[in-house]
Amino acid sequence: MPDAATLTQQVPTVEGHGAPAPDALSLRLGEVPAAGPTAAARAAAAARLRAMGLPRPRDEYWRYTDPAPFNAASPTLLPLDTRADSALFADVDRLRLTFVDDRFDPAESDDLALSGVEILPLSRAEAQPGHWVAEAYGRLEAASQHPVPRPFAALNTATATDGAVIRVTGVVTKPVQIVYRRSDPAADVVCHHVLRLDDGAELTLLENGLVGARGNVVIEADLAPGARLHHIAAHRAGHARVAVTHLFARVAEGAALKSFTLSLDGAHVRSEAMVEMAGDDAVAHVAGAVLGNGEGFHHDDTIFVTHGALNGESRQVFKKVLKNGATGVFQGKILVKPGAQKTDGYQISQALLLDEKSQFLAKPELEIYADDVRCSHGSTTGAIDETAMFYLRSRGVPREQAIVLLVLSFLADALAEIEDEALRERVSDRLEQWLTAQAGTLG
Amino acid sequence: MLEIRNLHVKLEDEDKPILKGVNLTVPAGEVHAIMGPNGSGKSTTSYVLSGRDGYVVTQGSATLDGQDLLEMAPEDRAAAGLFLAFQYPVEIPGVGNMTFLRTAMNAQRKSRGEPELSAGDFLKLVREKAKALQIDAEMLKRPVNVGFSGGEKKRNEILQMAMLEPRMCILDETDSGLDVDAMRLVAEGVNALRSPDRAFLVITHYQRLLDHIRPDVVHIMHDGRIVKSGGPDLALEVENNGYADILAEVAADA
Ligand SMILES: Nc1ncnc2c1ncn2[C@@H]1O[C@H](COP(=O)(O)OP(=O)(O)OP(=O)(O)O)[C@@H](O)[C@H]1O
Ligand SMILES: [Mg+2]
Repeated sequence: MPDAATLTQQVPTVEGHGAPAPDALSLRLGEVPAAGPTAAARAAAAARLRAMGLPRPRDEYWRYTDPAPFNAASPTLLPLDTRADSALFADVDRLRLTFVDDRFDPAESDDLALSGVEILPLSRAEAQPGHWVAEAYGRLEAASQHPVPRPFAALNTATATDGAVIRVTGVVTKPVQIVYRRSDPAADVVCHHVLRLDDGAELTLLENGLVGARGNVVIEADLAPGARLHHIAAHRAGHARVAVTHLFARVAEGAALKSFTLSLDGAHVRSEAMVEMAGDDAVAHVAGAVLGNGEGFHHDDTIFVTHGALNGESRQVFKKVLKNGATGVFQGKILVKPGAQKTDGYQISQALLLDEKSQFLAKPELEIYADDVRCSHGSTTGAIDETAMFYLRSRGVPREQAIVLLVLSFLADALAEIEDEALRERVSDRLEQWLTAQAGTLG
Repeated sequence: MLEIRNLHVKLEDEDKPILKGVNLTVPAGEVHAIMGPNGSGKSTTSYVLSGRDGYVVTQGSATLDGQDLLEMAPEDRAAAGLFLAFQYPVEIPGVGNMTFLRTAMNAQRKSRGEPELSAGDFLKLVREKAKALQIDAEMLKRPVNVGFSGGEKKRNEILQMAMLEPRMCILDETDSGLDVDAMRLVAEGVNALRSPDRAFLVITHYQRLLDHIRPDVVHIMHDGRIVKSGGPDLALEVENNGYADILAEVAADA
């Protein structure tokens, strides 16, 4: 066994900045655009942010994750990498929107015309007086600021430079893909995507690439009755990402949201999802698979699902594989409001620690104000099952390859939340490749 | 083929000797059976041969065709041709049976410098072998041993053996938990593999399996040693009279 230190991945460490100075917030806010259809929403978000302030390390909600790298006025420079775009979705027939740093790049994007959907970059929608985005922009974010404030989402609404504005009117046959690319090694990317799905509309949204030296991404998704949104995000390996992301979703009667995120590597990531089950028979599945290798790795999934209607079904399935001093965090909550009877809420968070230096911090919560519901949650932390390991090896599978198989099997439940079989296999193959390449440092 | 000499084994975590000088030679082409009371060290012998953690060899040796088994990693022992059908087959949720079999086959082929089996050839082979053991396609798709009945797990072990074609097969109580028909299927699976350059070591408590798989030699293990060896009749004697007479006779001889 090589010395642990030599196994540790080289990830830039994140410096603690302590509590923000009084003007940190103004520095962070910079200039808020004052014209265009979203100007009012942006001003309101800036006011919200001023009222709530940036998080402090002692805030309960930030107990496990240091907000300092997100609070800092500017990001730590992160060298560009010269790799081509990830091949993950390359041969999927899809409509591609490319964002280079924080700007939509039409030259690197497909023709935006597609049946059943209207797509515009935010920067262009904002140039159209009376565009519907004026009412939608920041609305779900604002509604999700209680009981816990989410300052970086308000910051995003106030300062976002671009994003995708997508209105789905029918069943869209090909996925829409958002690709992030980097061009400035110091780019502080703030992107805000607004999705509106009309009655019975269906969309698959893919999201991947490299988000800046620091990234702040918000997705607001409003699902009308019977709408279906599949969201698959894949954060690229080998990218020491400092990122905070928020998914705000409102799921109306009979609508369904399925969101899955794959995170390979990264440095300091907070990934939040706030889902409101607003109509009867709504379905929301939010899942994530995370693989972190090295002391510089910190990944936090913070999920909040609110049931406010009858017969809702929600699932949270989060799996983390941690090695060489990596840290994983899960804060998950199911809130069942009075009257939200027949709610079926499920939450599982599990970590597979490949050594004793890594850690998993979990805070699973249920808060239930209705009496006829079925809710369960569980959280486990475990190591590789040595009996299974021996069984595999006794059949001739080398230890490194056996670890890959066992890690894949650990993550299987999270990947199973990807409904489309072809996409699921793609993600699974990608994961297997990554694991195989890393196998030497996982054992 | 398999040569165990004066093998002493204790537990890694406690100072508890389990094997106290096992001597056993299984030549190529032969089938040997090991019988013996519960806790006598039969499974321990099979685990130590296949390289399970948790045991320490304090004395003695074990070789396969002259190669020192005890020095090798478990996967290398498998590639060298050793196979253990587990007394308690392991469930691996999330790993499909087919993936498992294919990964194992190709890993062994790779380590022997042979080309990987194509997906098509693999499928053909697995279907043919599964059919002979009456393992249906649905079972092949499920995760390894998850939700399998006791008998299904044992048949799945024999399927793995049939696919991997090891030269030295150790079967640890593969017959326990099998119904009469499944026992016949398993025995047929074993007999189909019998050949002059392959050997079997069959651990069992019952004569019945040995009716189907005629052993060349039967060994009795007691308290970490082989205390008596003989022909197939020895198994009948155990079946009829239990171990008391044999053990008393051995004690008197000592
Ligand atoms: N890991 C272990 N920890 C503690 N004791 C062990 C361990 N492995 C084996 N033993 C002990 O060693 C002895 C031999 O066990 P083993 O499983 O080899 O017996 P066996 O002959 O296969 O019995 P059975 O017929 O019941 O399967 C038993 O007393 C058992 O309790
Ligand atoms: Mg046993």
